[in-house]
Amino acid sequence: VRAGTDNVDLLRRLAPQVLGVLVRRHGQFDTCEDAVQEALLAAAVQWPREGVPDNPHAWLVTVASRRMTDQLRSDHARRRREDTAAAQVPADEAFAPAPGDAQPPDQDDTLTLLILCCHPALSPASQLALTLRAVGGLTTAQIASAFLVPEATMAQRISRAKQRIKATAIPFAMPPEPERSERLRVVLHVLYLIFNEGYIATSGPDLQRSELTREAIRLTRAVHALLPDDGEVAGLLALMLLTDARRPARTHPDGTLIALAEQDRGLWNRAYVEEGTALITDALARTPLGPYQLQAAIAAVHDEAPSAQDTDWPQILALYELLERVSDNPMVTLNHAVAVAMVEGPRAGLQLLTTLETDDRVAAHHRLDAVRAHLLEMAGDHAAARAGYRSAARRTTSLPEQRYLEARAARLTG
Amino acid sequence: VKYMLLIYDNAKSRETFLGEQGEDLMAEVGAIMKELTESGELVGGEALADPSNTKTIRLVDGVPAITDGPFAEAKEHLGGYLIVDCESVERAAEIALRWPNARFTPLEVRPLMDTSGAEM
Repeated sequence: VRAGTDNVDLLRRLAPQVLGVLVRRHGQFDTCEDAVQEALLAAAVQWPREGVPDNPHAWLVTVASRRMTDQLRSDHARRRREDTAAAQVPADEAFAPAPGDAQPPDQDDTLTLLILCCHPALSPASQLALTLRAVGGLTTAQIASAFLVPEATMAQRISRAKQRIKATAIPFAMPPEPERSERLRVVLHVLYLIFNEGYIATSGPDLQRSELTREAIRLTRAVHALLPDDGEVAGLLALMLLTDARRPARTHPDGTLIALAEQDRGLWNRAYVEEGTALITDALARTPLGPYQLQAAIAAVHDEAPSAQDTDWPQILALYELLERVSDNPMVTLNHAVAVAMVEGPRAGLQLLTTLETDDRVAAHHRLDAVRAHLLEMAGDHAAARAGYRSAARRTTSLPEQRYLEARAARLTG
Repeated sequence: VKYMLLIYDNAKSRETFLGEQGEDLMAEVGAIMKELTESGELVGGEALADPSNTKTIRLVDGVPAITDGPFAEAKEHLGGYLIVDCESVERAAEIALRWPNARFTPLEVRPLMDTSGAEM
């Protein structure tokens, strides 16, 4: 049975709200989360057949609560069998919605849930998986297929994350400042990773991974709606929109990558470019500067250029100089070197790259070889450029990147 | 990132695994497999049958030729593999080092190719 797209959107939007109600009522995040998943599954089966209930939120809370009660009762019975002490069976949950279930709660628990799912005690892989399930409302099977691992592997990551939350008694509550800001940074990083995991997918069996891009944008939008004055949230949302705008143009139908300079800009998603540009313009004007805003600003300058030749490289260079000051990331230096080459010439860019040759994080990375080769090609040193592209092609673990780099090398032959 | 751990066997490792200490070594393997399953890092893995069960196929001037074996005793041969999805190559290497075969033969840790890619 397949639920229509409208139902899926509705269910995913309601998922964190329903989970919030249950966790507030019962505690026990792990059991509540399972109950909500079962309610979502029941809705996905029943609603297309019987129609969407008048109050979908209350329906989900009622069904999830009933599952929760069943679960608690069976745990209770088990404990009673093990321990002969008399105990009271919890009262049956009324079929009708309990007071307070009829309307969505005043507070939106999405952010509290995101902060819980992205707790630093969880491994990054678990943070991503739990966020997609508990806040995104995706099934374990969907998450497993998006990350190309067996369902059992993904189920284990989710269950381990939930056990850890239980064992370390991580509270379902908004932490106070300054912890709250730090935790929000982790949430934004997890959303960024989810986005990127979907964005870099090319074709074939990975197609369902683009679902991750949509989901990351949806969740970031929700966070932005809750924290409209946080410039980095706005910056991240803008960065996602301005990047995803180029997705229709970034690959050939067979999955071969197309460099930014060679993309058909007519294929770019103009609505996303406009929305992303408006978001970042507003954020830059009224909030403190941060790395997501700077990356979004750079993406906006690229997206606004009618052609690669018309790109405002001096502005991009200035933005990279700012970005390097706020983030210690060799990948930023790599892109900075390209901007330097575009403004001051390839030799100046190559000069900047030499600073990375002693940086263990990137010295053996295929991207350093690839950028160096690109700048050598600009400088007219085709033999060295060809060797660089070949070296990058050997080092990458991405098939599309390997094909792209080999093609660049082949173009310089003869 | 997914890594394949290539696990090799030689005469000594086979002898030890099939001998008295075999049970202890298999218990170590079981403990690592349990840990990798619970951590959500295990993607898959299998042990290979003895190389004498191999069929070697080759095209000789476009004509397929299938032979049994190899029977010639190579010093070491691929005994099995493990695929793990880890945060880092250091973590994959740590798993490889703990695999009991590491006491007999070197293991190889190799990243798998990915169909995703970033434009440059």
